[in-house]
Amino acid sequence: MKQIKVLGPGCAKCKTTHSNVLEALKQSGIEAHVEKIEDIEEMMKYNVLTTPVLMIDDVVKVKGRVPQVSEIIDLLM
Amino acid sequence: MFNWIQNFADWLIYSVIGIGAETHLGIALNFFVYDVLKILILLFLIVFLMGIVNAYLPIEKLKNFLNRKKLYGLEYLFASIFGAITPFCSCSSVPLFIGFVQGGIPLGVTFAFLITSPLVNEVAIAMFIGMFGLKATLIYATSGVLLGAIGGWVLSKFNLESLLSDWVKKILANKMEHAEYEEAKLTFRQRLPEITRGAWDIVKGVVLYVVIGIAIGAAMHGYVPENFFEKYLGGGEWWTVPLAVIVAVPMYANAAGIVPVIQVFVAKGVPLGTAIAFMMATVGLSIPEATLLKKVMSLKLIAIYFGVVTLFIILSGYIFNILL
Repeated sequence: MKQIKVLGPGCAKCKTTHSNVLEALKQSGIEAHVEKIEDIEEMMKYNVLTTPVLMIDDVVKVKGRVPQVSEIIDLLM
Repeated sequence: MFNWIQNFADWLIYSVIGIGAETHLGIALNFFVYDVLKILILLFLIVFLMGIVNAYLPIEKLKNFLNRKKLYGLEYLFASIFGAITPFCSCSSVPLFIGFVQGGIPLGVTFAFLITSPLVNEVAIAMFIGMFGLKATLIYATSGVLLGAIGGWVLSKFNLESLLSDWVKKILANKMEHAEYEEAKLTFRQRLPEITRGAWDIVKGVVLYVVIGIAIGAAMHGYVPENFFEKYLGGGEWWTVPLAVIVAVPMYANAAGIVPVIQVFVAKGVPLGTAIAFMMATVGLSIPEATLLKKVMSLKLIAIYFGVVTLFIILSGYIFNILL
């Protein structure tokens, strides 16, 4: 199962990213473990400069912008 | 450039709704429609442009550039300009702050970035162009960038490293393992819808503040007598600048809502420099920002940071009032 992490201290963009991830999973039928990381201390372990960040299996896929649902599905495929 | 908006406002109020151009209500409504439309169009255009710039801004490269040792003090100015062009999102400023310090960028340079980031932002710029014109906007942006650079340089003289939070110091002490980085390359065409949507979202987010701000402004225009502030607040007295700034620091008024109100203050006799200083203090420093920064620095450091920036805003208020 894929491990998805959404990093962001809880601003609007980070919330949209999180809900887009859930929507992408629902639409594609892919099963994944989704984790939301809101603690800045925890976030800094991943060397992020801009939020939100989308990580799949510990690889940063998107940072500093909100990925579209279709884009997330492509990244998961 | 905005003639067609005026024509539209005339048509809507005088012809469609049918309120006469000679009535107070007609003139006020016409002003309101014109201002709201003009500001929203400007906002969208500028936020959209900044969205394109930001989509291509290589933050990692800029970080490495700032880290070079031989910039002869210009690194403060570069960090400040960099802060001005990155979009203001308070939630990104803390990760950026840590990322910078961790990347070996001096604390003072990082502060230069941190000061300018909220101070000069696209919403404030769009509002300023719409309400005060290009010249005042250029003064605002240039002095905001200079203020960030000088403020950062001054803060670098304080030896503030010891005042960072313990966990930040720990991060700085030992190099951490970083996640692997890989990002899909997108063409401009693929990115455009996302940038447009981002700009649209920002405009939608401030639309209410714009409408309320302009409505309050329009109402004040009609009811506050000419030179009211000059008479009762002492338009040019020495204490008006510090008073305006100190009142504004804890405020976190959305720039979109505050500018139309400031415009009335200026129209009714408050000097433009005092108004710019007030604006800077409102958007540049705020309680929510202090709360966020509490995660990475001690209260004492926040106090020094706010103190220095406040002082510089007051000083620039005086300078504007002399120059303008």
